[in-house]
This record gives sequence, C-alpha cells and structure tokens, in this order.
Amino acid sequence: MARQIYQAIVDGILVGGVYALMAVGLTLIFGVLDIINIAQGVLVILGAYLSYTLSVRIHLDLFLGLLITVPAMFVLGVVIQWAFIRRLRGRERTSMTLLVTYAVALIIEGILYEIYGPNPKQLNASYVQSSVHVFGFYLSYIYVYGFVLALALVAAIYALLYRTGFGRSVRATMQDETAARLIGIDVNRVAALTFGVGVAVTAAGGMMFGATNAFNPNSGYDLISRLLAIIILGGLGSIGGALAASVFMLTLESLVTIWSPEWAIVVFYAALVLVLLIRPTGFFGRQPVRAQ
Amino acid sequence: MRSHPVWLSRHNLALSAAAVLSACLVAACTSSGSSSTTGATSTGSPTNTKPILIGASLSLTGDFSADGQAFQKGYQLWAADVNANGGLLGRQVTLKILNDNSSPTQVQTNYQTLFASDKVDLAFGPFSSLLTTPSASVAARYGYAMIEGAGGAPSVFASPANQSAHNIFDVSLPIEDELIPFVNWVASLPPGQRPKTAAYPMADDPFADPPVQLAQTRLKALGVKTVYSKIFPAENASYKPAADQVAATGAQAVVLGSTDVPTVAAFMQAFEQQHYNPKMFICAAGPDQGAAFTSAVGKSNATGMMVPNGWYPGYANPASQKMVQDYVAKYGGSPSDINADVAEGYSVGQVAAQAVIATKGTDNAKIITYLHSGVTLSTVQGPVRFDNFGKNSSAAAFTFQWQQQGTAYKQVLPVSTAGSVAIINPKPNWTS
Repeated sequence: MARQIYQAIVDGILVGGVYALMAVGLTLIFGVLDIINIAQGVLVILGAYLSYTLSVRIHLDLFLGLLITVPAMFVLGVVIQWAFIRRLRGRERTSMTLLVTYAVALIIEGILYEIYGPNPKQLNASYVQSSVHVFGFYLSYIYVYGFVLALALVAAIYALLYRTGFGRSVRATMQDETAARLIGIDVNRVAALTFGVGVAVTAAGGMMFGATNAFNPNSGYDLISRLLAIIILGGLGSIGGALAASVFMLTLESLVTIWSPEWAIVVFYAALVLVLLIRPTGFFGRQPVRAQ
Repeated sequence: MRSHPVWLSRHNLALSAAAVLSACLVAACTSSGSSSTTGATSTGSPTNTKPILIGASLSLTGDFSADGQAFQKGYQLWAADVNANGGLLGRQVTLKILNDNSSPTQVQTNYQTLFASDKVDLAFGPFSSLLTTPSASVAARYGYAMIEGAGGAPSVFASPANQSAHNIFDVSLPIEDELIPFVNWVASLPPGQRPKTAAYPMADDPFADPPVQLAQTRLKALGVKTVYSKIFPAENASYKPAADQVAATGAQAVVLGSTDVPTVAAFMQAFEQQHYNPKMFICAAGPDQGAAFTSAVGKSNATGMMVPNGWYPGYANPASQKMVQDYVAKYGGSPSDINADVAEGYSVGQVAAQAVIATKGTDNAKIITYLHSGVTLSTVQGPVRFDNFGKNSSAAAFTFQWQQQGTAYKQVLPVSTAGSVAIINPKPNWTS
C-alpha cells in the first residue's frame, strides 16, 4: 500500500505540472483583465494541434516547436483581445466576456473540426513513451520535462511581472485600473499584451496535454471546469497559486484513485469548497482591491 | 461604482451577439448532413413520389464526435446507395441529421424537433447507449420505431419506455456478451498458458461496464485471479494514476472497459512508460475505430490489441464488401481505416429499407410490428433478428486484433469460425 501511495503522489505532482501549464494563462488573464476566459480549454487544444502540425509536417521536436507556437499563440491572444474583448465595458462586462469567450471557443473548435476532423490525435516523440527508473519508480520523461517547463514558465512570468517595466504596468493595472490610467499607463495596451501572454503560455500547456492525452477539437471542454477550480483554489490572479493548486488538486485526486476512482472527482471539487470555506481567497489570493 | 452610457451596454450586447452569430455560422458549417427537405407524410401510396424523410441525431461534435461522424458516413453511404438504385418504393431517401453535441439532453430536443416539427417519416438512432435510451423514450411518445446501431447496453433494452412501447431495434451485437468469445478462448487454453491474473479498469458508462463485469465473473470461475477491478469516471483529469495502479499489479491480462480511443491510448501510454506489457489486452471499444485508433496510438503499438465487435472490413459478405469499396472510393484510405460505426450506421439503413418495402410504406406502427415478427433481415454486419425488446438475437460476437505492425485488423475469435486467423498471443512488447 505504501508503494501505491508514493506512486500516486508522484503521479499527482507530475500531472499537476501539466495542469499548471494550462492554468497559468487563465489566472494571469483573470488577474489583469477580470475575465474568465471560457475559451482557455479550446486554446489548450489549439496549442496541441499547432504542436501536432509542426511535429507531423516538418518533424520539429515538440519542445523546439514551442519557439514557434508560443509566439503564434501570443499574436492570436492579442487579436482575440483586440477583436472581441477590448470594447466590452460597463456593468455587464464580466457576463459579456463569458459569452464572448465562449463564442471564441466555438469558432476555434469549428475551425479545428474543419481542418483536422473528429479523429483523436496524440503527439509523439521518443521521450513521450519512455521513462527513467528512480528509487523504484518509473518517471516518464515527458511528465518530468513538463513539470520543469511549468516551473520555468512560472519563474519567467514572475520575472516579467516583477523585473520589467511592463510588469509594473501590469501590476498597477491589476491593483487599480483607474489609478493606472491616471499615472499614464496605457491600460488597453497592457490588457492586449497580457491576454497575449496568457494565451501564449497556453501553447506550452497544449503541447503537454497533447503529448500525454489523445485529443480532438472537443477535448477542451472537459478541461475548463478543472482549470477554473484550480485557479480559484490557487487564488484568482496568482501565478504561483495556480501551480500550487494544480499539484495539490491532482495529487489529492491521484491518492483517492487508489481506493475509488469514482470518488476522485468528487473529492477534487469537495476540496475546493472546503478550502474556500476556510480561506475564501484561495491559497495565494489577495483581497479584492477593486471592490474597495 | 462607475456608471456608463447606455450605448456602451448596447454596444456590448451587439458585439457579443455578433461573436455568437459568428460562432453559430462556423458551427453550422461544420455540422453538415442536414437537408432542406420539409416533412413528408407516411403513406404507402404508389403515387406518392415525395422523398422519404429520415431523421437522426448524431454526435457530430462533443465526446463522441469521432463515432458520430463515422455513423453519419454510414447513414449517408446507405442513402446514396439506395437513391442510386431508385430509392425506396420509388421514393428518394433524404436524411435530416441534427447535431446533439454528445449530450443526452440535446439528443431529446433534437428528436422532439424531428418528430414534432419536421414530421420525419422514420427515425434512425444516435450514437451510444447513453444517448439511445433518452432518444427512444421520445420516439416512443411519438409512436416511432427507433432503429439504431449503437445502443446495445442492457439498460437500453430495459428502459421503461422500451419495456412498454417495444420500439427499440438494435441492429448490432448486444454488448453484454461481446467478450464471451475471448473468455471461451482463454478457457480453451492449456492451464499453463492461461493468464493467472487479470485487471478490469472500467469507464463509468452503460456500454463499457456490463461486458467487462461478465467477463470478470467468467474468468474468475476459470481461476483467473482478479487483481484490479475499479470503475473510473468517464471524464477524467488523467488516466495515468489509475493506469499506473493497474501496471503495478502486473496483471497478465487487462480487460479495459473503454468507450473511446483517448481512454485506450492513455492506458497504453502509461503502461509503456511503466515498462508493463500485459500478455493479453482487450478493450470494450477503441481499437475498433480503424485509423482513428492507429493514428493516436501508433501502428506498431497497436499490434496485438484486441476488441470485440460484430463486423470488420474484411468480412466476407458481398454487401459488406461493396460498402467497403464505396467507402474507400468516397472517403479514401484503406479498408482497415474504416470505423466499425460506419457498418453499424449502414446496417440501420438496410433494416429500415427492408421494413419499408415489406410494409409498403413508412407507417411506424406497421414497421414495429413487422420487425417484431421474427423475420430475419440481412445487413452488412450479417443477419438481424429482433427479440421482444429489440435485441439482435442473431448477432454473432467476434474478437478482432490488430496485426502486421498495426496495418491489418483481423478477426481472430472464435477460433473455429470462418474468417478467423491465428491470434497473436502473447501481445508483443510495446515498440515506440
């Protein structure tokens, strides 16, 4: 039994890294723009398809392919923000953005169905199926690489937010949009770039998801509820919180799977409710400044 | 709190509406298969030349979209063949296919629309047992026969609506017994060659569980020790933890209660990562999906994977061979790429056609009576004969296996049945 528990913890941490890669963009976008991006799951799948295309068409390594897919997704994110979200204002803004990002998800899903069809795909590389034997456990390379990538991306986003002028503008906008405008920050530009960054990091999550799961254009919808739960638990807008919550939730689910896989999903959401009862802002959430 | 001019709110609404309309446009473009034909009457008059309108709801998007779109091809191939041969009773056949997005709620709405608004002449079933049960209850309410090819779970036949209306007709293999050829084959092996242990991971689905549970009971009686038997949610964050647990048991046989390719692919990947290679690996569904399966798991790894079914592209049935030729001519690829759902959809059309011809019309009450009359009908999947609850009592269960480096999908069980080739046992090691 002890071995099963250790294995479940290892699995939970590694799978948690994959989910963190998918959730970081979502929480970043919420933190700056106050937007729940319902299209996040489909954007993950889009990232997976972009990696798939590069891998199959030009035989580009999955991680090297990120050098193309991340900038491409950044541009897409900026375009989505400019075309659909920029003009939304007023009291209905939050509900309108839910509707608009859902529409974006439907558009992307439809296009993916047209291009790739409904049959599932999976990314492949030598390290996707292989593993290394450590302390009696087989650790698959793809999950280990994915976890390292998650740590690196979280560190990179922290560096962007806390070591650059753009980051200061982002944090100022997160704290008080009106005050940020008053001190001369181009809030619209910050919003567009932040949305772009959020979508760009999702490319990495998509690649990891596609390498560890077979996917088709519809696969994103199964992800969104879990990703939302993760960013709420981590604290809306908290990058590190998304990583911590991913690891916590997936490890918990993995542990419960030992006894009852059917209850694992129940425990996943029950843990969310329980934590929020004790700490309403999640693990690393701040008090809502905008309401003050 | 900031206030905003009214025009901003309207502007927001307009923008949102535009975005949603764009989305709907894309969705409409991708959800093909609908015709523009209006409703038709149910008359057998020889002077009636109106097309016969057949309604169906299929999962063109959503979790079952790969199966749903394969079914659509089956329906469309059948309709094209019928129309090329003069139609049914001299009337052309027109399909009206709505997309249910794999939702048990939407599928009810779709059939309601097909029956109440479109007044279709006949109804073809949706994909999966999960969606067939609610669909058939709507059909029962409107007095329609629900001829379907993918609702073979015991719960479908036992649904209250069917118990009362007897309107479900499943042209395919009832799924509960589909693993029996595999069990019988294990029983036929010398004791030293039988697996000593077996694992039974199952998705929470009415299609996936019953055959696996029956196989578990039978194998246990043969002395095969159960080392893992758990049901996991159909929507899973990751199959890796469950698959790693199965791998840790070292079970010699794995009987996976799967519903789709992604589930099977996830287990295969985790097994390979754990350097665990069961001697026998059979799945309730997934490996039967032709190219959809091999493209996801890789052809070399597909070798040795088994799946129960009632049809395969090499089935020596003239009608089946013609359908395979038509399919390849229309959609390309090779026969092994064809999803078994195509044959199931095609068979639905064949059964409906024989009923329409025999009853000389599209009166659903007469069709229901006819299909329950004990008549044996022919399809690309073989003979069909319905019992009192619409189960195909003539269907024979086969087991298929991917062979020749994942390029050939072969019938392997029952061993003595015509068409069966030698089974690969044990399954080769993973080769990625």
